[in-house]
Amino acid sequence: MQNRREMMRRSAAVAALLAGAGVLPARAQSAYNRAAFEGKSVDEVIKGLGIAKPVESKDIAFTAPDIAENGAVVPIAASTTLPGVQRIAFLVEKNPTTLAGVFDFTDAVETSVKTRIKMGQTSNVLAVAITGDGKVFYAQKEVKVTLGGCGG
Amino acid sequence: MSDPMRIRAQVQGSGAVVRVLMAHEMETGLRKDAAGKTIPAWHITEVTAALNGKTVLTAQWGTAIAKNPFTEFVVKGAKAGDRITIAWVDNRGDRRSDEAVIA
Repeated sequence: MQNRREMMRRSAAVAALLAGAGVLPARAQSAYNRAAFEGKSVDEVIKGLGIAKPVESKDIAFTAPDIAENGAVVPIAASTTLPGVQRIAFLVEKNPTTLAGVFDFTDAVETSVKTRIKMGQTSNVLAVAITGDGKVFYAQKEVKVTLGGCGG
Repeated sequence: MSDPMRIRAQVQGSGAVVRVLMAHEMETGLRKDAAGKTIPAWHITEVTAALNGKTVLTAQWGTAIAKNPFTEFVVKGAKAGDRITIAWVDNRGDRRSDEAVIA
């Protein structure tokens, strides 16, 4: 009996240890910022990302088409020469959810990225650059959409 | 399992330009099917790019990234023969990883 009780206690301790070990990597892996992606306005996304209010900057080269014939595929690109930028986020002001994507750069890559986004309607698109020490800059452009890419 | 990604990585100047085309529906969760039922959201949430096994770029994506997502970025100091690995996870927990050698 003694042995059995001892065993039980030990296995409980081991289980707790395993659970603790299991939880940590899981938490580290799912860094997905649900709050930010569910934001329905630029302000909500800024709050979700936990960043300061962005300041407009000419040092972000942001390219997007003037007119997007098909809102389902809008090519955008952003690059910046601002020092210390670790993160670039793309926001579409009038999409049902404002935040399109966030890119996190290490020192091994240039702070430059191209991708394609969906737009529901004509809207301002923002490229927000965030530095390691919490400075936030943005560049924006209005993209006219003739055919929406979100919803029916 | 999903279709493989198409990854092209080429040396340009002092780095390598990496272009990735992923095969994914990227459903927004806002569209309705013919019967008027909402099609649930199904999209890539996290992307990781690694050079020779070391993570160089990560991304989080929402529903507004276009179907069959395309991404281009530049890896500094990468040389021909280096390996680029791209991995993604979607909101259903599906994952895929593909590799290419820099040309």
